[in-house]
Amino acid sequence: MLDKIGIAKRIAREVKDGFYVNLGIGIPTLVANYVRDDISVEFQSENGVLGMGPFPYEGEEDADIINAGKQTITTLPGASFFDSATSFGMIRGKHVDLTILGAMEVSQNGDIANWKIPGKMVKGMGGAMDLVASAENIIVAMMHTNKKGESKLLKKCFLPLTGVGCVKKVVTNLGVLEVTSKGFRLLERAPGVSVDTIKQATEGTLIVEGDIPEMTV
Amino acid sequence: MIRKTVANVQEALKGVEDGMTFMLGGFGLCGIPENAISELVRLGIKDITCISNNAGVDDFGLGLLLQKHQIKKMISSYVGENDEFERQMLSGELDVELTPQGTLAEKCRAAQAGFPAFYTPAGYGTEVAEGKETRDFKGKMYVLEHAFEANFSFVKAWKGDEAGNLIFKGTARNFNPCMCGAAKITVAEVEELVPAGGLDPNEIHIPGIFVQRIFQGEHYEKRIEQRTVRSRN
Repeated sequence: MLDKIGIAKRIAREVKDGFYVNLGIGIPTLVANYVRDDISVEFQSENGVLGMGPFPYEGEEDADIINAGKQTITTLPGASFFDSATSFGMIRGKHVDLTILGAMEVSQNGDIANWKIPGKMVKGMGGAMDLVASAENIIVAMMHTNKKGESKLLKKCFLPLTGVGCVKKVVTNLGVLEVTSKGFRLLERAPGVSVDTIKQATEGTLIVEGDIPEMTV
Repeated sequence: MIRKTVANVQEALKGVEDGMTFMLGGFGLCGIPENAISELVRLGIKDITCISNNAGVDDFGLGLLLQKHQIKKMISSYVGENDEFERQMLSGELDVELTPQGTLAEKCRAAQAGFPAFYTPAGYGTEVAEGKETRDFKGKMYVLEHAFEANFSFVKAWKGDEAGNLIFKGTARNFNPCMCGAAKITVAEVEELVPAGGLDPNEIHIPGIFVQRIFQGEHYEKRIEQRTVRSRN
């Protein structure tokens, strides 16, 4: 089974040379730490920066340079700043190659819910609705089940939707799944996790074809 | 040169009244018009509608206006860092219109650029699109969203000149440029105000035509919401 860092490491392998990548808050943010250093990638943060670097050294924080999680960051050579309308122009205009974000639920047709629990949590969607509506390549990073042990990979989402039919791939603590017209196709198992375990943790239709390889992280 | 300078924040906010709609720049606490917010608190005007990506934190930014119950309605994309906000929203004291961030930015830009409305794919198939016109373009569905209408825009820039030209710094730029010229009156506060000719025209982010009043702000706190650092080892 993978921990959060394991999920981030596995997703980092989906990041290819020349990609502009938008990382959501939480596990997706960790992905930046594990991208191969022999490829060229730029990270976009929707509050208005391309070419995000690591966190600053202590004493070098700048209140005017933050990411979408409101964390202090640095920029790398070649970075740029821009306004919010331009930022979402990059996103809506499909100039960003890959979007990685967290979710509370994903359905087998690629719907995603990650912004609201009615009566409980109402924080807002931030940029998530814009990102999922436009990005061609969306990977969800999340735990396979919620804290109560209930599956987060469903036939149909129960929570208010963030977007419809948009998720392409899901990487969880148990495995890697692709969203297809027939359901979640299992591509890889996490180390030490059986296909049966994944079947039990998946409420939506799970497609298992042939031997499912154990991933290398 | 058309002069846009006013003496201070009091003069800059002349004309604000109860019940008005304001745009306020900033992302989290980054690039917020600190001086304008303080003055709105001091003036004590009520029943205002605020268009702003976030709602500040409990004791800073728009949180200061919330504490005094001056805000009737918030139009934002993310309001997660403010307990008082959540309390007022759940109790029904505060009306909240959550809007996808890119749509929020574009509703400002549309107002600035003279578009009454635009189609966006964001929110299609979700509760955000309920009651809105939708349309198919080349096989993909879009939602019709309307430009904002506001009485004042309050923006914060790094440098500005007497003609109202603005330069922003880092990610403190965010929503500020999109809000310039998007309301009837745009008030810009800057960290450094220079005479006309003091800024290189090649480096202006927002031309002064979009700004009606400009003043040099004071005592910027620039609070950091999430101070994250790495070790030197």
